[in-house]
Amino acid sequence: MAALATADRARSRGHGRWTIIPATYLVSIVILGLTIVPLLYVFLDGAKSNGQLGENSIALPHPWVWANYGSILTTAPFWQFLGNSALIATVATVLAVGLGSMAAFALSRYAFRGRELYYTLFISGLLFPIVMAALPLFALLQDLGLTDNWLGVALPEAAFSLPITMLILRPFMRAIPGDLEDAALVDGAGRLRFFVQILIPLCKPALVTVSLLAFVTSWNQFLLPLLVFTTQSHFTLPVGVSVYQSTYSSNTALILAFTMMAAVPALAVFVFAERYLVAGAAGAVKG
Amino acid sequence: MTRSTADAGLTGPAATAEAVAAGPRAARPTSWSRRRRLRKTTELSILLGPGLVLFILFVLGPIAVGIYYSLYNWDGYGPVSDFIGLKNYTYAFKSDDFVTAILHTLLLTGLALVIQGPLSLGIALLLNRKFRGRSFMRLVIFAPYVLPPAVTAVMWSLLLQPDGFTDQVFRAVGLGGLVSLWLANQHIVLYTNFVVLSWQYLGFGIVLLLAGLQGIPIELKEAAAIDGATAWQVTRRVVLPLLGPTIRIWVFITVIGSLQVFDIIWLMTQGGPAGASDSMATYMYRTGFQNQAFGYGTAVSIIMFIFCLVFCLAYQRFALRRDTAGALTRAVV
Repeated sequence: MAALATADRARSRGHGRWTIIPATYLVSIVILGLTIVPLLYVFLDGAKSNGQLGENSIALPHPWVWANYGSILTTAPFWQFLGNSALIATVATVLAVGLGSMAAFALSRYAFRGRELYYTLFISGLLFPIVMAALPLFALLQDLGLTDNWLGVALPEAAFSLPITMLILRPFMRAIPGDLEDAALVDGAGRLRFFVQILIPLCKPALVTVSLLAFVTSWNQFLLPLLVFTTQSHFTLPVGVSVYQSTYSSNTALILAFTMMAAVPALAVFVFAERYLVAGAAGAVKG
Repeated sequence: MTRSTADAGLTGPAATAEAVAAGPRAARPTSWSRRRRLRKTTELSILLGPGLVLFILFVLGPIAVGIYYSLYNWDGYGPVSDFIGLKNYTYAFKSDDFVTAILHTLLLTGLALVIQGPLSLGIALLLNRKFRGRSFMRLVIFAPYVLPPAVTAVMWSLLLQPDGFTDQVFRAVGLGGLVSLWLANQHIVLYTNFVVLSWQYLGFGIVLLLAGLQGIPIELKEAAAIDGATAWQVTRRVVLPLLGPTIRIWVFITVIGSLQVFDIIWLMTQGGPAGASDSMATYMYRTGFQNQAFGYGTAVSIIMFIFCLVFCLAYQRFALRRDTAGALTRAVV
């Protein structure tokens, strides 16, 4: 990061600064408006009655009607959906990152026949988005008795997060000097102990990135839980939002409030995790 | 990548240890080296096994089984017995609805490339300098990307309701004449979907390209400027070529994402009205799952996969080949 900061300072001293900065601000303001205003109005319109909404969606709520938010926060569905999403995303992340880092260790620091083949196999998963596998996956889950079961969503999501996890972790693990491993082995540690006690802590930045990617992917997944769950109390937040929309279709203000509440967890996590997600995007580029 | 170069790249002690083991002892394996080899095999199974099982069971398995299902007339329940060969596939390509869905998907993909691409690039170039509030801007730009697409879809379907927020804004700024039935007009609905998709995904492109731009050494730009290049020439001749790998990855991610677009379209319009906004994925869900033509729906998803594969192979052949650090490219060789 230090290098980047230096580069920026050098750049801002460069020529052309005074013609481009105003354009930068102009574009910034336009983007800001297009991004924030819709979100803001979902919040504001959720604090209106349907009568107010019909008359004027643009004005501020007058008076503020907190009943929509109140009824959402004091009834079970929202918290159930939130809890289900959190459970599934957590389990999917732990599995993807746990099993992914073990496999990445094997494929980065052991020499054995077929190693590149295994790696290619994992990476080929990038070609199979979950949407394309959804129908046969559903049939498989039926055979396994995992429909309407949170494991039926968490396990496939973990599996589909493995390719990107491997793609980011393997080069990272490879880049850690072999001297460290030699030293650990000379000191009598086994390779598994080296993995747990030395390599994992060293890989922390990459692990944070892949964890966030796996978590967000699971949190946002819509089609798979839509196929798998039939009982409403099992729904995840995205499926819950869609059901809420069709259940209360005439009560627009209430759905707006619910949509806002469904957006809040993602935005809250994002505000402090943005750095790592950007690093993930950059990591994917470096491959 | 060949095996020898792969091994040469290995920095761990395994390489040296193996070289020793392959020395004079190799001809006459001792119990020591046997035990070592056994231990390595055990370690590898422990490390690699669980991930491999999970991956094969839930990723590769369904794809393979999907090919099998796609050859049957099957409703998703009960025995799979009515073998019909390739009839699902021929039916799909004869179906006007599906061909339309393919064209919609390709149109959305094309629009993403020619509109979101230059837009992301331009904005990233403008934002790639130090100015007050830059990190805040980056945060705001990226924010829609992390929203669950389902939330984005429900949000916009409400904001786009007739006489809803969007219409009122249009009227307030004197553009009331442009107001239409954004989600109900057959001629507009696909483009409405595209705008909402762009709202969600534009930030990803910008942030990805910004990350790429920050990886370009400032010295190169300074050197070009000192040699008398204008700002435009520096951008065109130095920055853009160096940004090539990032742009190519963005294209790859965007195309794969666009080919399987589902959540937003499904929740805003369910592919309607009358199929006017159907994508391949919404068509697959409706026919395969809702109408219980499961075997047929699987055939549709295999066709989607073939689109993906053909694109990947062609892209690998013509574009990604030049990137040395293309782990993605290795996947499809």
